[in-house]
Amino acid sequence: MIAEAGHYALVLALALALIQAVVPIVGARLHDPALMNVARSTALAQLLFAGLSFAALVMLHVSSDFSVVNVFENSHSQKPLIYKITGVWGNHEGSMLLWVSILALFGGLVAGFGNNLPSSLRAHVLAVQAWIASAFYLFILITSNPFLRLGNPPIEGRDLNPVLQDIGLAVHPPMLYLGYVGFSISFSFAVAALIEGRIDAAWARWVRPWTLVAWIFLTLGIAMGSYWAYYELGWGGWWFWDPVENASLMPWLAGTALLHSAVVMEKRNALKVWTILLAILTFSLSLLGTFLVRSGVLTSVHAFATDPTRGVFILLILCLFIGGSLTLYAWRASALKQGGLFAPISREGALVLNNLFLTTACATVFIGTLYPLALEVITGDKISVGAPFFNLTFAPLFVPLMLAMPFGPLLAWKRGDIVGAGQRLMAAGVAALLAIAMLWAWTRGGATLAPLAIGLAVFVIGGAISDLVERSGLLRVALPVALRRARGLPRSNWGTAFAHAGVGVVLIGIVCETTWNSEYIASMKTDDVPQVGGYALKLDGITQRQGPNFRENVAQFTVTVDGRPISVMTPSKRNFTTRGSSTTEAALLTRGVSQLYVSLGETGADGAIAVRIYHKPLVLLIWFGPVLMAFGGLLSLSDRRLRIGAPKPAKSSRALQPAE
Amino acid sequence: MKFGFAGLVAAMIAIGTPAAYAVQPDEIMSDPGKESRARDLSRELRCMVCQNQSIDDSDAPLARDLRLLVRERIAAGDSDAQVMDFLVARYGEFVLLKPRLKPHTLLLWLLPPLALAGGGVALWVHGRRRARSAGQDNSTAGLSADEEIQLQKLMAGEVSSEPPS
Repeated sequence: MIAEAGHYALVLALALALIQAVVPIVGARLHDPALMNVARSTALAQLLFAGLSFAALVMLHVSSDFSVVNVFENSHSQKPLIYKITGVWGNHEGSMLLWVSILALFGGLVAGFGNNLPSSLRAHVLAVQAWIASAFYLFILITSNPFLRLGNPPIEGRDLNPVLQDIGLAVHPPMLYLGYVGFSISFSFAVAALIEGRIDAAWARWVRPWTLVAWIFLTLGIAMGSYWAYYELGWGGWWFWDPVENASLMPWLAGTALLHSAVVMEKRNALKVWTILLAILTFSLSLLGTFLVRSGVLTSVHAFATDPTRGVFILLILCLFIGGSLTLYAWRASALKQGGLFAPISREGALVLNNLFLTTACATVFIGTLYPLALEVITGDKISVGAPFFNLTFAPLFVPLMLAMPFGPLLAWKRGDIVGAGQRLMAAGVAALLAIAMLWAWTRGGATLAPLAIGLAVFVIGGAISDLVERSGLLRVALPVALRRARGLPRSNWGTAFAHAGVGVVLIGIVCETTWNSEYIASMKTDDVPQVGGYALKLDGITQRQGPNFRENVAQFTVTVDGRPISVMTPSKRNFTTRGSSTTEAALLTRGVSQLYVSLGETGADGAIAVRIYHKPLVLLIWFGPVLMAFGGLLSLSDRRLRIGAPKPAKSSRALQPAE
Repeated sequence: MKFGFAGLVAAMIAIGTPAAYAVQPDEIMSDPGKESRARDLSRELRCMVCQNQSIDDSDAPLARDLRLLVRERIAAGDSDAQVMDFLVARYGEFVLLKPRLKPHTLLLWLLPPLALAGGGVALWVHGRRRARSAGQDNSTAGLSADEEIQLQKLMAGEVSSEPPS
């Protein structure tokens, strides 16, 4: 019953989306407010039915109804409740259902909070949202129905892949999807602007918070996934330049560029045409990611060719939306008026530079990810493009970007003073040089690039602090005055500083982890005491334990520093009987922002166990950085300007508003 | 987006034999210098049955064989380049995670710098065109003689120049 109800709710959501896709546009053409407002109610109803459908699948998983194929293949009655729930999106069908539910959620949010939008813009935006939604509802109903029943219901399910039975699955995919799908809003706004042939600073004021929300989630989602891979895979890698990761990095890079160009548009009414293009590209890259991961084209071009239904369907959606929106762009973009002028050295100029490097970085990832696929299809040659390629091509793009980053916020709009900005960054520069000199002295004969990279990171962080110091007048005026001013600064200034500092923090983490990581790999017997990174780890022994749906071997290590015991670490290996597979549960010991990392390998015939111990200095900064960035995003989002919202248009004007 | 990294993680584990992760204790060479060379080379070589993993990271049996092969060649006195050539001769270009610059990889290597250069040139051209068209347009730039005189008067007057912040 529940499965059928869920299925039916999904069909109703599709029907609502189809209405929402057509009626509001007709309404806008006829200037009929009633027809335009249909979008609002259908978007909310669509959210209700998509939500019901998703809730139905969750209930089926929770109640372990193995007569449903999706539950049978991905669940097990003994599985802990939390993994029964997260297992809903731990598979193709369920994750697509989550995708459309989040899409419906964003549509509902625009409908619910978009009261101050001009009604024709809102009608168009919601209609475009409905086009996307209809395509994906169809995709699910035709090729990936999660509510299919089995003829002879089995007693027990096949269980979820053990690697996915982790708290990471509860958080990472929903975050990532909120990011990916969130960009659909900027896309819909861009397409709506193109259809209407009208765009102004107020448009950017609406688009920016939505983009920011999506960006915050995507930032956290990527960081979360990276940390998950780090502790789950068992050798402490945190980024692999895998196509799946690249698929999430590309929208992030484009989205970051979009955030910055939307600032220019909002403040200065410039870069309109470019901002529209970026909004289209960002969501297109989200769709591309969906295609890459969902079609199976990554595993092999041939796997795609042998079971093409899903892949071809997504490819069609991809061509339709990307091709369609770009055609619309080519056709209508020239109708949009160019905005304000600015000198090359100016805040706008700095943001354009940011966009140039971010989009090139995005293009690099795009080329590196798709080139092998294209080459294989065209010539049949198989090549590999992996981490060494990306490290070599991607890193050089970030060096100028990060060098320029502290200058941007210190430059004035329209025409900036680069010398003045340089003078204000003097302290940051000196701090960077000091850091480089100290590191060189300390690691004599060690890596030469690492101190330079750390210096760059210190410069970026110092620059973010300098910006706040400058704006609050600290060091120039009395402390209480400066503090009051600092509190009075727009939140978006604080947001910028936090987000920029976050980038520096990530860089420090990456450099320290890759350069000064120490490792110990050996077969250990009880009472062996290896020394790693200043810590002594004594293997006390190995015990067996029974979990809810697995058995595990647990090794116990006593960690001592200078003979003083500080902690006990218990890495384990789990065997999942249902799937006959196993996972490594690494043990992590956090000291400050550094970590000790212990994972287990095979047990030998002589009772010795393969052990890998790493000391990873400052590794946690790699994930604190994105958290700082996201926090900066939140601060910006809470800026007064965005909270209060755009001013209401005057009755007489055609919803055209002044920039400031 | 499947489950992002989880998909990757699952794929990696599904492919390899369970439980053995990357470099094993018994593979490590006694000479730390040679071992570190072997590790560096391993990071550039692909485990061909895996999805985009280097043999240094992979737990597949093939990756282990390749790791042992690399160490064998290093022990035999090969230079890094010779080891790579040996593996390419045996397994083809596919084994390299960083493709060599050849006619069929020309675009791969050239497109990123071209994208940057092209973007830069496009910006420059666009900026000049905007500036020129703005220069012809009296409303935004360029002052008439009268306005110049007026401006001079103003500047000479009490107006202090406030630096932009």
